[in-house]
Amino acid sequence: MLCVNHLTIEFHDHSLPETAVDDISFTLKEGEILGIVGESGSGKSMTALAVAGLLNRGDIKKSGEILWEGKNLLFVDRSELRNIQGKDIAIVFQDPLTGLNPLRKIGWQVEEALRVHGERDKMKLREAAIKALADVKLPEPEKIYQMYPHELSGGMRQRVMIAAAMICKPKLLIADEPTTALDVTIQAQIIELLREINQTADTAILFISHDLSLVKQLAERVLVMKDGKIAEEGTVEKIFQNPSAMYTKELIAAIPAMLPKGVKNE
Amino acid sequence: MGKYLVKKALILVFTLLVTSFVVFAIFAILPGDPAVHKLGTQATPERLELMREEMGLNEPFVLRYVKWLGSIFTLEFGRSYSYSCSVGSLIVSKIPINLTLSVMALLIVCAVSVPMGIYTAKHVGGKADKLVMALNQFFMSLPPFLLGLALTYLFGIVFRLFTPGGYVDYTSNLFGFISYLFFPALALAIPKCAMCIRLLKTGILEEAQKDYARTAYSRGNSTTQMLYKHILKNAVMPTITFVGMVVADMIASGIIIEQVFGIPGLGRSLLSAISTRDYPVVTAIVMLIAILIVSVGFVTDIIHAMIDPRIRR
Repeated sequence: MLCVNHLTIEFHDHSLPETAVDDISFTLKEGEILGIVGESGSGKSMTALAVAGLLNRGDIKKSGEILWEGKNLLFVDRSELRNIQGKDIAIVFQDPLTGLNPLRKIGWQVEEALRVHGERDKMKLREAAIKALADVKLPEPEKIYQMYPHELSGGMRQRVMIAAAMICKPKLLIADEPTTALDVTIQAQIIELLREINQTADTAILFISHDLSLVKQLAERVLVMKDGKIAEEGTVEKIFQNPSAMYTKELIAAIPAMLPKGVKNE
Repeated sequence: MGKYLVKKALILVFTLLVTSFVVFAIFAILPGDPAVHKLGTQATPERLELMREEMGLNEPFVLRYVKWLGSIFTLEFGRSYSYSCSVGSLIVSKIPINLTLSVMALLIVCAVSVPMGIYTAKHVGGKADKLVMALNQFFMSLPPFLLGLALTYLFGIVFRLFTPGGYVDYTSNLFGFISYLFFPALALAIPKCAMCIRLLKTGILEEAQKDYARTAYSRGNSTTQMLYKHILKNAVMPTITFVGMVVADMIASGIIIEQVFGIPGLGRSLLSAISTRDYPVVTAIVMLIAILIVSVGFVTDIIHAMIDPRIRR
């Protein structure tokens, strides 16, 4: 379904070009959950933005292929790309506080992808939005439909973002650090929600995170990125039980372990 | 929203009360005896005393203030020292002149700066953008009276599009009145347009960088949809604040522009009243300007609250 070949992303906004993503290749099958882990600056978010078709600045040079059902998203027409954005590929960002337009009602924003892709019937839009809000386990979706972003908590806003992303039933949901801005209990709920979406809607998920333990909970396969390159790739079991790259070993060692009662962490 | 409106309205009334008191007090404690000014230094003490009694100057300050405050509501504004009639009859007929001038200037500002701001933001760095920004620098630094003189010379004398000094009153010929006011309004509007274009452009560019704009793109919006459905509403807020200040400033600049174009508006009445020390007229005009400025602030707040749900609480 998604096939990334030799993707390279370079920034040309300074005198020296900087390479954010350096010749990476990976594939994603329908209904699969692929995790990408790495520290800040490893290029994982850039990869996510490139797949979502959101790297259009003139000073960014892209090469390679992002094949989506046979089309190279890197060099496809803007109008053709827009046809895919929001409908087949949707994205949820890190910060739900700034990711929603503060002056528009939740309902209007959740419906947006449907409206942009041609649905005009107000009743149908409303119905779909309320269903999407209910699907992400928001209480009283009719009420939330009428609210503004500032009236909701961070966790609720992230659910709204997911509802908005899922309204067109996309084949791929990109989750770019969706839980980083939330506290730990909400994190677990959002992860649970993503797993459910994957199972019920059969949506493939590209889950980007710096937190290996979160990726372990959700993903089947993991890509470990470092300095724009893929350090290691494999199933979750393989990566955790038998990491080959030095960097992966360090990442695993960095996960705080749950110690039995009475044992002090030294 | 209702609660916000009531709160703002109460603040408006309170501000106006304080302003009216300050304005009245300043002119009441100014040195000089209006009775002496009216009768001349040769007048006998008895006649002066009689005059003070007649002008109501012997009443206690607070009573005079309350009476004056009441006279605002009847549009009378007390009695003029120089003319034996109410201040209202001298200045109320001037209000439409200044109102028309300011509204016309405001319409020009909006009609020019909104499309230009959007255009330059969309084509930022392009030739049109560079030209507009260079012109902006020039016009922003130009005082309105100089612009007024330049426009009079260019359109009045060179192109003969209007007769300089040939003011037509609105009671005799409404169309002639409006067309005469066009160039003064233009002189008032041009420096403000420059500022407005700039504000709107930076507002749009700033909003376009925000996360919600990226979210909107990810849903398949085109740049145009993006601009009109998401960015503009957010970007227009600082511009609205500025336009509110522009309205207030237009009254001040308007006084000068009136002189340049020979328009017998409030500004001219104010200047002649100051030179003859006709304090009731001065007080009334200063109060009118204060009412206008405070009301514009009120309207600006309401518009902001209508656009931004976070404010109306």
